Amino acid sequence: MSNRFFVSPAPHVHSDYSTTRLMGDVVIALLPALMVSVRVFGWSVLAITAVSIASCVLLEFLVQKYIVKGPVTICNLSAVVTGLLLAMNLPANIPLWIVVVGAVVAIGVAKMPFGGLGKNLFNPALAARVFLLIAYPVQMTSFPKPTLEGFADVYSGATPLGAAKAGLVNFAEFDVAGMFTGAMGGSFGEISALALLLGFAYLLIRKVITWHIPVAILATMALFATIFAGVRFEEPSMHILFPIFHLLAGGAILGAVFMATDYVTSPMTPKGMIIYGIGIGAITMCIRLWGAYPEGMSFAILIMNSTVPLINKYVKPKRFGAK
Amino acid sequence: MAKTFPIGGVHPSDNKQWSKGSTIEAMELPDVVNIPLSQHIGAPATAIVKRGDKVVVGQKIAEATGFMSANIHAPISGTVTAVDLQPNGQGIRQMMITIKREDDIWDEAIDRSNTIIEECNLEPKQIIEKIKEAGIVGMGGATFPTHVKLSIPEGKRAEILIINGVECEPYLTSDYRTMLERGEELIAGTRILMRAIGVTTAVIGIEANKPDAVKHLQSLLGEATDIKVQMLKTQYPQGGEKQLIAAVTSRQVPAPPALPIDVGAVVCNASTTVAVYEAVQKNKPLIERVVTVTGSKVATPKNLLTRFGTPVEALLAKCGAIVDGDIKVINGGPMMGRALSNIAMPVMKGCSGITVMVGDQTKRGVESACIKCAKCVEACPMGLEPYLLSKQARKKAWDAMEANDITICIECGCCQFTCPANIPLLDYVRLGKQTVMGIIRARNMKK
Amino acid sequence: MNTLIYTILTLCIIGVVAAVVLYFVAQKFKVEEDPRIDQTEKMLPGANCGGCGFPGCRGLATALVESDDISALYCSVGGDECMSKIADYLGKVAPKKEPQTATVRCGGSCEKRPKTNVYTGATSCAIASSLYAGQTGCAYGCLGYGDCVEACAFDAIHINPETGLAEVDADKCTACGACVSACPKGIIELRKRWPKNRAIYVSCVSKDKGAVTMKACKAGCIGCRKCEKVCEFGAITVENNLAFIDSTKCRLCRKCVAECPTGAIRMIGLAPLVKKEEVKEEK
Repeated sequence: MSNRFFVSPAPHVHSDYSTTRLMGDVVIALLPALMVSVRVFGWSVLAITAVSIASCVLLEFLVQKYIVKGPVTICNLSAVVTGLLLAMNLPANIPLWIVVVGAVVAIGVAKMPFGGLGKNLFNPALAARVFLLIAYPVQMTSFPKPTLEGFADVYSGATPLGAAKAGLVNFAEFDVAGMFTGAMGGSFGEISALALLLGFAYLLIRKVITWHIPVAILATMALFATIFAGVRFEEPSMHILFPIFHLLAGGAILGAVFMATDYVTSPMTPKGMIIYGIGIGAITMCIRLWGAYPEGMSFAILIMNSTVPLINKYVKPKRFGAK
Repeated sequence: MAKTFPIGGVHPSDNKQWSKGSTIEAMELPDVVNIPLSQHIGAPATAIVKRGDKVVVGQKIAEATGFMSANIHAPISGTVTAVDLQPNGQGIRQMMITIKREDDIWDEAIDRSNTIIEECNLEPKQIIEKIKEAGIVGMGGATFPTHVKLSIPEGKRAEILIINGVECEPYLTSDYRTMLERGEELIAGTRILMRAIGVTTAVIGIEANKPDAVKHLQSLLGEATDIKVQMLKTQYPQGGEKQLIAAVTSRQVPAPPALPIDVGAVVCNASTTVAVYEAVQKNKPLIERVVTVTGSKVATPKNLLTRFGTPVEALLAKCGAIVDGDIKVINGGPMMGRALSNIAMPVMKGCSGITVMVGDQTKRGVESACIKCAKCVEACPMGLEPYLLSKQARKKAWDAMEANDITICIECGCCQFTCPANIPLLDYVRLGKQTVMGIIRARNMKK
Repeated sequence: MNTLIYTILTLCIIGVVAAVVLYFVAQKFKVEEDPRIDQTEKMLPGANCGGCGFPGCRGLATALVESDDISALYCSVGGDECMSKIADYLGKVAPKKEPQTATVRCGGSCEKRPKTNVYTGATSCAIASSLYAGQTGCAYGCLGYGDCVEACAFDAIHINPETGLAEVDADKCTACGACVSACPKGIIELRKRWPKNRAIYVSCVSKDKGAVTMKACKAGCIGCRKCEKVCEFGAITVENNLAFIDSTKCRLCRKCVAECPTGAIRMIGLAPLVKKEEVKEEK
């Protein structure tokens, strides 16, 4: 009998989850938003995405092979996700060399020095975006005007949040439907709430993420904005319009669904996730309303990232049978 | 909305299709059997036969050592040829009684007819005594002596009897076939158990993937209201005692040393209930059980009524389960069963099935870094944090593990099943649990 | 200019206030400690291996200073030399111990002990041994997953990839005993260290009957008692089908090695004994 008997402790079966599958699902969930950006801003979007992903993957490969000299794990697609998310947080007309700099910061500073996948404290894509925002403020904040007529115009259009900050706008003039489908200025991944929510639905169906973080963030932001509007504005229409504006503008949905839910840098328990989400929502709104920057999502997520170890330590799930 | 337990759980593919259709079939009597003295949780039994003794089927050959132990009876008639150390399924030597078969002569006290005797006028104490005498232990796999479970401690009161017909473990169908084919006995056994613990209500919990079992038992019950059949949502590990109690009664058993009786529940497996019926009404001790032999590459998966002591090898041969190449033979189902390194292992009281994995099914995925996806926390039915516990076990941080409630872990395997990085979470958690339990025991001894 | 002065002044004031606060806090929370503890700790090797039974060198140092009778306290890493130095310093009687070394008592290499199954669980002896007997027919032998290697703070024990067994580098071994308690099979023993790391020991811990052992492993002790009979110093006892050589009684005469039919008695750093008959023949 030519048998080899295998022995191991139970369980002897495994679910079909794998790191690669989960990361692949995140990429798939981002595709609708990417397609909308291509439609709105043109092919430059694809070039930026390709450069970003390629440089992240290449860097991870080089670091793992020649510096860490450990196993190379680029096949788990985590670097692809980082690259894709980084790209989607950039304006569509950014010079490609800045994208490469961003990839270096994401992989070379925010991810690998902490020990690679699973050990980084801050979301690599966001750390890179914030670095670029501070280092190259001009390039990072001049957005091409969105157009559904093909390629983008050369001149820079303001983002809704930027305009609101500068006090340039009458809220009533904002095209809510346009903001929902992608007709607004901003980083190319964040413009279409519809496409992002489609991705969110996909992630939920595939059980890649749970609802806790995105819902906690968006609900906190809405609540915050409603209270603020109630105090500040007298017209009743603003009480509804203002929260909707804040949910759709800027990186709210992209951040809540894709950036804040990054496994490594978010809490482990549902209760912790809700605390984390509330923190992000509140900090974002504070920065948007009273801070120097028009948008605060990235900063809020990074600040809350730093609290995750503490949340994990003190927020425990309810044990079975505990009173 | 079907009931289920409150937190965690996973949905492995149940793969019961291979063996669920085959009716219970009697396995040929083995020529030689090895009967381990330890087939249950608690102290091993003490042999009361010696080499050269003649035994008949159903004769007591080993006696319980103390209360937390169980009697063992001869499953075949013949001559005792040895009482010696033999390797068990894990290759570890244990005391076993070896009997060489001569014919099939039964103890005369045993009623071997098929007539159903429903009426039982025995006192609770007498029922429990009969169960104890018959050496009945939990046949779902945990092998906890049934008479211990039924002896309600002073000051506690049972309110409900739950019959565990969940069989949440993938692949296995022995309880399912028992419920379908021996429903009358199951119901009679349930009423005997209700009498033994003094309750007026019983619930038979069955998962939604066995609708015909639910229907069959409901039709047998007819208008009776004392026993209810409860359909439960299909979710692993519903068959865990604590999970089942929570699913049926919405009460959660607190952390050890609390027992199910602390929330007024007594749980008994379906096959065990049938064994109780046989012991009480037919004087038949526990000498055989239904064993499912299954797997994707098993030629003819079967549910075999097998005498204890029959080597697993013989069952595998009967079902055409041994194929060339890589193979993993599991005593039990794939979620909690133990892989065998020695297939000469005798079938024992807790052996509900033999699952055979072949080829790539035998191997584990390659471990990679934890991505902190929190899937293990989500899956844990006990509300633990397996990622943290396994990390602490690797660092031998036993104190920290105790502080994180490791002792309530039921070792169901949900965490490791779900982990996308293929981390052997449960291997380490189990090690930590064993070590921490040892530390706690040592501390209590000191007190 | 004003700004500069104010800045310097402010910083100075903060500095002074902080210094004063620090001084009082330090006085308030001062812990009186015997200064000899620090000194003793410095004399210890500082490996913090835990071999003495204390959580670290400081724990042992405290115990050494505080207890009058230190005969039960010993640092095997530092050895007699270190202990006598400390005892002199503290004015106490130095404990003495024969130098020891860890010994792995299993000779069931891949070739002597054929595999009967493949283990795919987590790489840990503790986990494998709580699951089952092991990858071979022997339920006592070395599993080879390296719990001892992980436990060793001195890099003195390794798994030999060819034999699959743990091997001690006697030059590095400090007899701290970490591997002894890490081994779930209880294979590793601290034995007397002879000069040049010479050693004779039974390289097997199987308590199975001879026939069972022989089937599982060609290098196992079968409990035949030949060694027990030949030993002139009463160093060998056979119990539960297993021979054991008491390293404190053994004189390294090598007679048992020549007698052993399975080669379970291992010899290190010694030439094989030439049997008398052979010597005669040569003459």
